[in-house]
Order: sequence, then structure tokens, then C-alpha cells
Amino acid sequence: MEIFQIVSIGMIATIIILILKKQNPELATLVSIVVGILIFMFVIGKFSTNISEIMRMVNQSRLENVYVMTVFKVVGIAYIAEFASQICKDAGEDSIGKKIELAGKIIIMNLSIPILTALMDIILHIMNEI
Amino acid sequence: MGIDILFKIAAIGILVTVLNQVLLKAGREEIAMMVTISGIVIVLLMVVNLINNLFNNVKSIFQLY
Repeated sequence: MEIFQIVSIGMIATIIILILKKQNPELATLVSIVVGILIFMFVIGKFSTNISEIMRMVNQSRLENVYVMTVFKVVGIAYIAEFASQICKDAGEDSIGKKIELAGKIIIMNLSIPILTALMDIILHIMNEI
Repeated sequence: MGIDILFKIAAIGILVTVLNQVLLKAGREEIAMMVTISGIVIVLLMVVNLINNLFNNVKSIFQLY
């Protein structure tokens, strides 16, 4: 089971960070980054098979491919922004973390504007027909 | 790649700490500072590769280009 590997990596890393934090907190921050990446690498293989399955279902149901792609892009941007902002927060730089989150939100909004305009077009079209 | 990078970073950290304290006791503060900075740079060089790997993975899986 992979969950036991992930849990043991997390606990070992916590002990290492506790040892390192007193003398050099910079290295403790780097250890926490490495642990985040390692755990992500453990689960990303499973997640990519899930995504390809979802894409197959979308292709079968003849939905617009672009919208589902936008959802995946939003998830990726949100994950990266959250990763960086939590590391900043752990290192005591809450303000930089908040700014990274804000940037992520703005980029996500930029990506999702086309979907909103498509929805508005549909609504206006229906209203004109009535 | 695997969990061994975690132990490598821990070993470098403990080594740097010990060297730092020995040098501080011997009265060589500037060399102790150099040791700390070089330890951080070594670990940073190891971690940069991993971060690049993560970004490439996320880009290819979530189709972010």
C-alpha cells in the first residue's frame, strides 16, 4: 500500500525538520519542499490515469473538450499556487504567500472568463428568442 | 530519485551544524558563515532539479502551456 510509504515519509521528514530547525531553518524549509514534491510524485501516477479516464468519458459524451481542459488547467494552477503559498507561510512569510494566492486567483479568473462569456452568449440568445 | 534525498539533506544539515559550532568555538566566525552558506547552496542545487521536475510534471498532466 502506498499510503504507508507516504505516511512514513511524512513522519521521517517531520523529525528531520525538527532536528534541523533550531540550527539552520533554511535547510528545514528546503526539506519541507522536498517532502511536498516526493509525496506529489507518489500520487501523480494514479492521478494521471484518472485524468485520462475522465477525458475518455468526455469524448464519449461529446461534450466540448475545451471546458474540461479549462477545469484541469485551473486545478493545476491552484495546486502550484497553494504549494508555494503554504511553503512561504511555513517559513514565516505570510504576506508573500497571500500574494502568490492572489496571483493564482487572477490567472484562474483569466482562464475562466471565456466559459463565462459563452454562458452569457447562450443566455442572451435564449432571451432574444423569447 | 526517492527518499534518499531527504536523508542526504538531513546529513548535510547536521554536518553543517557541527562544523558551525566547532568553528564558532575556535573563534572563526567568518569561516562558519561560509560553511553555512555553502551547505545551503549545495542543498539548493539538489532541490532545484526536483522543483523543475515537479513543474514539468504538473504542466504535462494538467496541460498547462
